[in-house]
Amino acid sequence: MSVPLTLLGLLEREPSHGYDLKRDYDTWFGRGKPLPYGQVYATLSRLARDGKAIAGPAEHGEGPDRKRYAITEAGIAAVEQWLSEPAPPEPHLQTVLFSKVVLALMLGRPADHYLDTQRAAHLQRMRELTRLKEGGDLMDTLLADHGLYHLEADLRWIDHTAARLGMLAQVVHQ
Amino acid sequence: MIIEARNVVKSFGQTPALRGASIAAGAGEIVAVMGPSGSGKSTLLHCLAGILTPDAGEVWFAGQRLDTLREVQRSELRRDRFGFVFQSGQLVPELTAEENVALPLLLSGTRRAAAVAEARAWFGRLGLDGLGNRRSGELSGGQAQRVALARGLVTGPQVLFADEPTGSLDSVSGEMVMSLMTGAAREQGTTVILITHDARVAAYADREIIVRDGTVGSLTGATPAPGPAR
Repeated sequence: MSVPLTLLGLLEREPSHGYDLKRDYDTWFGRGKPLPYGQVYATLSRLARDGKAIAGPAEHGEGPDRKRYAITEAGIAAVEQWLSEPAPPEPHLQTVLFSKVVLALMLGRPADHYLDTQRAAHLQRMRELTRLKEGGDLMDTLLADHGLYHLEADLRWIDHTAARLGMLAQVVHQ
Repeated sequence: MIIEARNVVKSFGQTPALRGASIAAGAGEIVAVMGPSGSGKSTLLHCLAGILTPDAGEVWFAGQRLDTLREVQRSELRRDRFGFVFQSGQLVPELTAEENVALPLLLSGTRRAAAVAEARAWFGRLGLDGLGNRRSGELSGGQAQRVALARGLVTGPQVLFADEPTGSLDSVSGEMVMSLMTGAAREQGTTVILITHDARVAAYADREIIVRDGTVGSLTGATPAPGPAR
Protein backbone atom coordinates (compact mmCIF):
# COMPACT_ATOMS: atom_id res chain seq x y z
CA MET A 1 0.00 0.00 0.00
CA SER A 2 1.53 3.31 -1.06
CA VAL A 3 0.33 5.95 1.39
CA PRO A 4 1.71 8.93 -0.61
CA LEU A 5 0.06 7.85 -3.86
CA THR A 6 -3.18 6.97 -2.09
CA LEU A 7 -3.30 10.42 -0.47
CA LEU A 8 -2.47 11.94 -3.83
CA GLY A 9 -5.35 10.01 -5.37
CA LEU A 10 -7.71 11.35 -2.72
CA LEU A 11 -6.46 14.84 -3.55
CA GLU A 12 -7.26 14.31 -7.21
CA ARG A 13 -10.86 13.73 -6.17
CA GLU A 14 -10.98 17.14 -4.47
CA PRO A 15 -8.62 19.54 -2.69
CA SER A 16 -8.56 18.74 1.03
CA HIS A 17 -7.14 19.67 4.39
CA GLY A 18 -4.86 17.18 6.09
CA TYR A 19 -7.54 16.38 8.63
CA ASP A 20 -10.08 15.49 5.94
CA LEU A 21 -7.53 13.43 4.04
CA LYS A 22 -6.74 11.40 7.14
CA ARG A 23 -10.45 10.84 7.80
CA ASP A 24 -11.07 9.68 4.22
CA TYR A 25 -7.97 7.47 4.22
CA ASP A 26 -8.99 5.81 7.49
CA THR A 27 -12.56 5.33 6.24
CA TRP A 28 -11.64 3.72 2.94
CA PHE A 29 -8.24 2.16 3.48
CA GLY A 30 -7.35 2.22 7.20
CA ARG A 31 -9.40 -0.80 8.32
CA GLY A 32 -8.16 -0.87 11.88
CA LYS A 33 -4.84 0.77 11.07
CA PRO A 34 -5.49 4.51 11.07
CA LEU A 35 -2.91 6.83 9.58
CA PRO A 36 -1.06 8.93 12.21
CA TYR A 37 -1.55 12.69 11.77
CA GLY A 38 2.20 13.16 11.70
CA GLN A 39 2.53 10.84 8.72
CA VAL A 40 -0.25 12.66 6.87
CA TYR A 41 1.37 16.08 7.22
CA ALA A 42 4.89 14.79 6.56
CA THR A 43 3.64 13.07 3.39
CA LEU A 44 1.81 16.19 2.22
CA SER A 45 4.98 18.26 2.74
CA ARG A 46 6.99 15.81 0.63
CA LEU A 47 4.35 15.77 -2.10
CA ALA A 48 4.44 19.58 -2.16
CA ARG A 49 8.25 19.56 -2.23
CA ASP A 50 8.19 17.17 -5.20
CA GLY A 51 5.71 19.35 -7.09
CA LYS A 52 2.90 16.75 -6.96
CA ALA A 53 0.69 18.79 -4.65
CA ILE A 54 0.46 22.42 -3.78
CA ALA A 55 -0.49 23.95 -0.45
CA GLY A 56 -2.92 26.84 -0.37
CA PRO A 57 -2.57 29.81 1.97
CA ALA A 58 -2.96 29.21 5.71
CA GLU A 59 -6.58 29.51 6.73
CA HIS A 60 -7.21 31.05 10.11
CA GLY A 61 -9.91 29.52 12.27
CA GLU A 62 -10.66 28.55 15.85
CA GLY A 63 -7.93 25.91 15.95
CA PRO A 64 -4.44 25.96 14.48
CA ASP A 65 -3.98 27.41 11.01
CA ARG A 66 -4.87 24.94 8.24
CA LYS A 67 -3.78 24.57 4.65
CA ARG A 68 -5.85 23.13 1.85
CA TYR A 69 -3.81 20.93 -0.48
CA ALA A 70 -4.53 20.46 -4.17
CA ILE A 71 -3.01 18.04 -6.67
CA THR A 72 -0.83 19.36 -9.51
CA GLU A 73 -0.55 18.12 -13.10
CA ALA A 74 2.59 16.21 -12.07
CA GLY A 75 0.61 14.65 -9.23
CA ILE A 76 -2.20 13.59 -11.57
CA ALA A 77 0.37 12.00 -13.89
CA ALA A 78 1.92 10.12 -10.94
CA VAL A 79 -1.48 8.77 -9.85
CA GLU A 80 -2.32 7.76 -13.40
CA GLN A 81 0.96 5.92 -13.84
CA TRP A 82 0.56 4.15 -10.49
CA LEU A 83 -2.98 3.00 -11.27
CA SER A 84 -1.95 1.66 -14.66
CA GLU A 85 0.91 -0.48 -13.29
CA PRO A 86 0.18 -3.98 -12.01
CA ALA A 87 1.20 -4.70 -8.43
CA PRO A 88 4.03 -7.27 -8.17
CA PRO A 89 2.49 -10.75 -8.27
CA GLU A 90 3.08 -12.52 -4.98
CA PRO A 91 3.99 -14.67 -3.19
CA HIS A 92 7.62 -15.30 -3.98
CA LEU A 93 8.60 -18.83 -4.85
CA GLN A 94 10.68 -19.50 -1.75
CA THR A 95 8.00 -19.35 0.90
CA VAL A 96 8.34 -20.10 4.59
CA LEU A 97 5.87 -22.95 4.14
CA PHE A 98 8.02 -24.59 1.50
CA SER A 99 11.22 -24.12 3.50
CA LYS A 100 9.73 -25.65 6.61
CA VAL A 101 8.44 -28.70 4.77
CA VAL A 102 11.77 -29.38 3.06
CA LEU A 103 13.76 -28.81 6.24
CA ALA A 104 11.46 -31.07 8.26
CA LEU A 105 11.98 -33.85 5.70
CA MET A 106 15.76 -33.29 5.66
CA LEU A 107 15.88 -33.53 9.43
CA GLY A 108 13.62 -36.57 9.60
CA ARG A 109 10.94 -34.65 11.42
CA PRO A 110 7.21 -35.05 10.83
CA ALA A 111 6.47 -32.74 7.91
CA ASP A 112 2.88 -34.00 7.76
CA HIS A 113 2.36 -32.84 11.32
CA TYR A 114 3.67 -29.40 10.40
CA LEU A 115 1.32 -29.25 7.42
CA ASP A 116 -1.63 -30.22 9.63
CA THR A 117 -0.72 -27.52 12.14
CA GLN A 118 -0.40 -24.97 9.38
CA ARG A 119 -3.70 -26.07 7.86
CA ALA A 120 -5.43 -25.59 11.21
CA ALA A 121 -3.92 -22.10 11.59
CA HIS A 122 -5.01 -21.14 8.09
CA LEU A 123 -8.54 -22.44 8.66
CA GLN A 124 -8.77 -20.57 11.95
CA ARG A 125 -7.79 -17.34 10.22
CA MET A 126 -10.31 -18.05 7.46
CA ARG A 127 -13.02 -18.46 10.10
CA GLU A 128 -12.08 -15.09 11.60
CA LEU A 129 -12.23 -13.38 8.21
CA THR A 130 -15.57 -15.04 7.46
CA ARG A 131 -17.00 -13.68 10.74
CA LEU A 132 -15.71 -10.26 9.71
CA LYS A 133 -17.61 -10.57 6.44
CA GLU A 134 -20.80 -11.65 8.16
CA GLY A 135 -20.89 -8.54 10.31
CA GLY A 136 -19.32 -6.11 7.88
CA ASP A 137 -20.18 -3.87 4.98
CA LEU A 138 -19.14 -4.37 1.37
CA MET A 139 -15.69 -2.83 1.98
CA ASP A 140 -15.03 -5.24 4.85
CA THR A 141 -16.34 -8.12 2.77
CA LEU A 142 -14.11 -7.47 -0.22
CA LEU A 143 -11.04 -6.93 1.94
CA ALA A 144 -11.74 -10.14 3.84
CA ASP A 145 -12.30 -11.95 0.53
CA HIS A 146 -8.85 -10.87 -0.62
CA GLY A 147 -7.35 -12.50 2.45
CA LEU A 148 -9.57 -15.56 2.15
CA TYR A 149 -8.58 -16.27 -1.45
CA HIS A 150 -4.88 -16.00 -0.58
CA LEU A 151 -5.30 -18.33 2.37
CA GLU A 152 -7.27 -20.73 0.20
CA ALA A 153 -4.42 -20.80 -2.30
CA ASP A 154 -2.00 -21.68 0.51
CA LEU A 155 -4.34 -24.40 1.70
CA ARG A 156 -4.51 -25.93 -1.77
CA TRP A 157 -0.73 -26.00 -1.83
CA ILE A 158 -0.69 -27.59 1.64
CA ASP A 159 -3.09 -30.35 0.52
CA HIS A 160 -1.20 -30.82 -2.73
CA THR A 161 2.12 -31.12 -0.88
CA ALA A 162 0.69 -33.36 1.84
CA ALA A 163 -0.33 -35.80 -0.88
CA ARG A 164 3.23 -35.80 -2.26
CA LEU A 165 5.30 -35.89 0.92
CA GLY A 166 6.60 -39.38 0.21
CA MET A 167 7.90 -38.36 -3.21
CA LEU A 168 9.37 -35.14 -1.83
CA ALA A 169 11.14 -37.05 0.95
CA GLN A 170 12.81 -39.27 -1.66
CA VAL A 171 14.01 -36.21 -3.59
CA VAL A 172 15.31 -34.52 -0.44
CA HIS A 173 17.25 -37.62 0.64
CA GLN A 174 18.78 -38.40 -2.77
CA MET B 1 -23.37 -34.48 21.86
CA ILE B 2 -26.43 -34.59 19.65
CA ILE B 3 -24.91 -36.86 17.00
CA GLU B 4 -21.88 -39.11 17.10
CA ALA B 5 -20.14 -41.82 15.12
CA ARG B 6 -17.85 -44.15 17.07
CA ASN B 7 -15.23 -46.16 15.22
CA VAL B 8 -17.48 -46.64 12.23
CA VAL B 9 -16.32 -49.14 9.61
CA LYS B 10 -17.98 -49.41 6.21
CA SER B 11 -16.92 -51.20 3.06
CA PHE B 12 -18.45 -51.49 -0.37
CA GLY B 13 -17.58 -54.97 -1.52
CA GLN B 14 -13.83 -55.35 -1.07
CA THR B 15 -13.30 -51.59 -0.96
CA PRO B 16 -13.10 -50.06 2.49
CA ALA B 17 -14.65 -46.57 2.72
CA LEU B 18 -14.47 -45.99 6.47
CA ARG B 19 -11.85 -47.65 8.68
CA GLY B 20 -12.90 -46.65 12.16
CA ALA B 21 -14.07 -43.08 11.78
CA SER B 22 -15.27 -41.13 14.80
CA ILE B 23 -16.97 -37.75 14.88
CA ALA B 24 -19.18 -35.98 17.39
CA ALA B 25 -21.15 -32.75 17.08
CA GLY B 26 -22.93 -30.83 19.79
CA ALA B 27 -26.38 -29.28 19.60
CA GLY B 28 -26.31 -26.19 17.45
CA GLU B 29 -22.75 -26.80 16.32
CA ILE B 30 -21.68 -26.41 12.70
CA VAL B 31 -18.98 -28.91 11.75
CA ALA B 32 -17.30 -28.99 8.37
CA VAL B 33 -16.09 -32.37 7.12
CA MET B 34 -13.20 -31.94 4.72
CA GLY B 35 -10.85 -34.31 2.97
CA PRO B 36 -9.66 -35.46 -0.45
CA SER B 37 -11.99 -37.05 -2.98
CA GLY B 38 -12.72 -40.65 -2.06
CA SER B 39 -11.61 -40.20 1.55
CA GLY B 40 -14.97 -41.33 2.93
CA LYS B 41 -16.64 -37.99 3.69
CA SER B 42 -19.97 -38.78 2.05
CA THR B 43 -20.02 -42.32 3.45
CA LEU B 44 -19.49 -40.88 6.92
CA LEU B 45 -22.39 -38.46 6.39
CA HIS B 46 -24.63 -41.26 5.12
CA CYS B 47 -23.81 -43.39 8.16
CA LEU B 48 -24.49 -40.48 10.54
CA ALA B 49 -27.81 -39.78 8.81
CA GLY B 50 -28.91 -43.42 8.96
CA ILE B 51 -28.93 -43.76 5.19
CA LEU B 52 -26.20 -46.40 5.36
CA THR B 53 -25.71 -48.97 8.11
CA PRO B 54 -22.10 -49.37 9.26
CA ASP B 55 -20.43 -52.78 9.13
CA ALA B 56 -19.00 -52.08 12.58
CA GLY B 57 -19.00 -49.26 15.09
CA GLU B 58 -21.88 -47.24 16.46
CA VAL B 59 -23.92 -44.18 15.50
CA TRP B 60 -25.74 -42.26 18.20
CA PHE B 61 -28.36 -39.55 17.86
CA ALA B 62 -29.82 -37.67 20.84
CA GLY B 63 -28.81 -40.42 23.24
CA GLN B 64 -30.26 -43.15 21.04
CA ARG B 65 -28.36 -45.82 19.10
CA LEU B 66 -29.26 -45.11 15.49
CA ASP B 67 -27.45 -47.82 13.57
CA THR B 68 -29.37 -50.65 15.24
CA LEU B 69 -32.80 -49.18 14.47
CA ARG B 70 -34.98 -50.81 11.86
CA GLU B 71 -35.11 -49.09 8.49
CA VAL B 72 -38.63 -47.82 9.08
CA GLN B 73 -37.51 -46.12 12.29
CA ARG B 74 -34.47 -44.62 10.64
CA SER B 75 -36.69 -43.39 7.84
CA GLU B 76 -38.91 -41.63 10.39
CA LEU B 77 -35.86 -40.04 11.99
CA ARG B 78 -34.61 -38.79 8.64
CA ARG B 79 -38.02 -37.36 7.85
CA ASP B 80 -38.80 -35.74 11.19
CA ARG B 81 -35.49 -34.92 12.86
CA PHE B 82 -32.98 -34.52 10.06
CA GLY B 83 -32.78 -32.16 7.10
CA PHE B 84 -30.76 -32.62 3.93
CA VAL B 85 -29.23 -30.32 1.35
CA PHE B 86 -27.31 -31.76 -1.57
CA GLN B 87 -25.03 -30.31 -4.21
CA SER B 88 -27.63 -29.88 -6.90
CA GLY B 89 -30.78 -29.04 -4.98
CA GLN B 90 -32.62 -32.13 -6.15
CA LEU B 91 -35.96 -30.36 -6.18
CA VAL B 92 -38.96 -32.27 -7.48
CA PRO B 93 -39.36 -30.75 -10.95
CA GLU B 94 -43.12 -31.33 -11.14
CA LEU B 95 -43.75 -29.29 -7.98
CA THR B 96 -43.56 -25.54 -7.48
CA ALA B 97 -40.84 -24.13 -5.25
CA GLU B 98 -43.39 -23.62 -2.50
CA GLU B 99 -44.65 -27.20 -2.77
CA ASN B 100 -41.07 -28.46 -2.69
CA VAL B 101 -40.46 -26.66 0.59
CA ALA B 102 -43.77 -27.85 2.04
CA LEU B 103 -43.10 -31.46 1.01
CA PRO B 104 -41.31 -32.66 4.19
CA LEU B 105 -44.12 -31.23 6.31
CA LEU B 106 -46.77 -32.90 4.16
CA LEU B 107 -44.94 -36.22 4.44
CA SER B 108 -44.92 -35.80 8.21
CA GLY B 109 -48.70 -35.40 8.24
CA THR B 110 -49.01 -31.62 8.49
CA ARG B 111 -52.20 -30.32 6.88
CA ARG B 112 -51.65 -28.79 3.48
CA ALA B 113 -52.70 -25.24 4.41
CA ALA B 114 -50.42 -25.21 7.44
CA ALA B 115 -47.53 -26.75 5.49
CA VAL B 116 -47.79 -24.20 2.70
CA ALA B 117 -48.03 -21.33 5.21
CA GLU B 118 -44.90 -22.60 6.96
CA ALA B 119 -43.13 -22.98 3.62
CA ARG B 120 -44.06 -19.43 2.60
CA ALA B 121 -42.47 -18.01 5.72
CA TRP B 122 -39.14 -19.44 4.57
CA PHE B 123 -39.31 -17.67 1.23
CA GLY B 124 -39.07 -14.30 2.94
CA ARG B 125 -36.28 -15.44 5.22
CA LEU B 126 -34.15 -16.68 2.35
CA GLY B 127 -34.74 -13.79 -0.05
CA LEU B 128 -37.03 -15.82 -2.32
CA ASP B 129 -40.12 -13.63 -2.22
CA GLY B 130 -42.23 -13.93 -5.36
CA LEU B 131 -40.63 -17.22 -6.48
CA GLY B 132 -43.00 -19.64 -4.71
CA ASN B 133 -44.94 -20.60 -7.82
CA ARG B 134 -41.93 -21.25 -10.00
CA ARG B 135 -40.77 -24.74 -10.83
CA SER B 136 -37.15 -25.76 -10.46
CA GLY B 137 -36.43 -25.19 -14.16
CA GLU B 138 -37.45 -21.57 -13.77
CA LEU B 139 -35.02 -20.88 -10.93
CA SER B 140 -31.34 -19.94 -11.10
CA GLY B 141 -28.89 -22.32 -9.45
CA GLY B 142 -28.59 -20.09 -6.40
CA GLN B 143 -32.35 -19.70 -6.08
CA ALA B 144 -32.92 -23.44 -6.43
CA GLN B 145 -30.32 -24.14 -3.77
CA ARG B 146 -31.98 -21.67 -1.40
CA VAL B 147 -35.30 -23.45 -2.01
CA ALA B 148 -33.54 -26.73 -1.22
CA LEU B 149 -32.15 -25.12 1.93
CA ALA B 150 -35.65 -24.02 2.96
CA ARG B 151 -36.88 -27.56 2.36
CA GLY B 152 -34.04 -28.89 4.52
CA LEU B 153 -34.83 -26.56 7.40
CA VAL B 154 -38.62 -26.25 7.23
CA THR B 155 -39.29 -29.06 9.71
CA GLY B 156 -36.96 -27.48 12.28
CA PRO B 157 -34.57 -30.45 12.15
CA GLN B 158 -32.14 -31.14 14.94
CA VAL B 159 -29.43 -31.97 12.43
CA LEU B 160 -29.00 -30.65 8.90
CA PHE B 161 -26.77 -32.72 6.62
CA ALA B 162 -25.32 -30.67 3.79
CA ASP B 163 -23.24 -32.47 1.15
CA GLU B 164 -21.29 -29.95 -0.96
CA PRO B 165 -24.23 -27.51 -0.81
CA THR B 166 -22.42 -24.88 -2.85
CA GLY B 167 -20.61 -27.26 -5.19
CA SER B 168 -22.57 -26.24 -8.27
CA LEU B 169 -22.81 -22.51 -7.52
CA ASP B 170 -20.66 -19.52 -8.40
CA SER B 171 -18.78 -17.92 -5.53
CA VAL B 172 -21.27 -15.12 -4.86
CA SER B 173 -24.33 -17.42 -4.89
CA GLY B 174 -22.43 -19.95 -2.79
CA GLU B 175 -21.62 -17.34 -0.19
CA MET B 176 -25.25 -16.30 0.00
CA VAL B 177 -26.35 -19.90 0.52
CA MET B 178 -23.72 -20.47 3.20
CA SER B 179 -24.53 -17.26 5.01
CA LEU B 180 -28.26 -18.06 4.99
CA MET B 181 -27.67 -21.68 5.98
CA THR B 182 -25.44 -20.93 8.94
CA GLY B 183 -27.59 -17.95 10.00
CA ALA B 184 -30.81 -19.99 9.96
CA ALA B 185 -29.16 -22.98 11.62
CA ARG B 186 -27.78 -20.85 14.43
CA GLU B 187 -31.15 -19.19 14.87
CA GLN B 188 -32.92 -22.56 15.10
CA GLY B 189 -30.16 -24.24 17.11
CA THR B 190 -29.78 -26.80 14.34
CA THR B 191 -26.58 -28.83 14.21
CA VAL B 192 -25.04 -28.83 10.74
CA ILE B 193 -22.78 -31.53 9.33
CA LEU B 194 -21.31 -29.84 6.28
CA ILE B 195 -19.30 -31.76 3.72
CA THR B 196 -17.14 -29.57 1.56
CA HIS B 197 -13.81 -29.57 -0.21
CA ASP B 198 -13.88 -25.77 -0.28
CA ALA B 199 -12.00 -24.11 2.58
CA ARG B 200 -13.92 -20.85 2.12
CA VAL B 201 -17.16 -22.77 2.68
CA ALA B 202 -15.70 -24.65 5.65
CA ALA B 203 -14.79 -21.30 7.20
CA TYR B 204 -18.49 -20.74 7.93
CA ALA B 205 -18.36 -23.69 10.34
CA ASP B 206 -17.38 -23.63 14.01
CA ARG B 207 -14.68 -26.22 13.36
CA GLU B 208 -13.48 -28.70 10.79
CA ILE B 209 -12.56 -32.33 10.76
CA ILE B 210 -10.37 -33.86 8.10
CA VAL B 211 -11.20 -37.32 6.76
CA ARG B 212 -8.31 -39.23 5.21
CA ASP B 213 -8.40 -42.82 4.00
CA GLY B 214 -11.58 -43.51 5.92
CA THR B 215 -10.44 -42.18 9.27
CA VAL B 216 -10.79 -38.80 10.93
CA GLY B 217 -7.29 -37.38 10.70
CA SER B 218 -7.20 -34.30 12.85
CA LEU B 219 -9.47 -31.97 14.69
CA THR B 220 -9.13 -28.24 14.45
CA GLY B 221 -10.98 -25.13 15.41
CA ALA B 222 -12.78 -23.66 18.34
CA THR B 223 -14.16 -25.58 21.26
CA PRO B 224 -17.76 -26.35 20.46
CA ALA B 225 -20.10 -23.77 21.88
CA PRO B 226 -22.99 -25.20 23.82
CA GLY B 227 -26.10 -24.96 21.70
CA PRO B 228 -29.64 -24.41 22.88
CA ALA B 229 -31.30 -27.34 24.58
CA ARG B 230 -33.63 -29.19 22.28
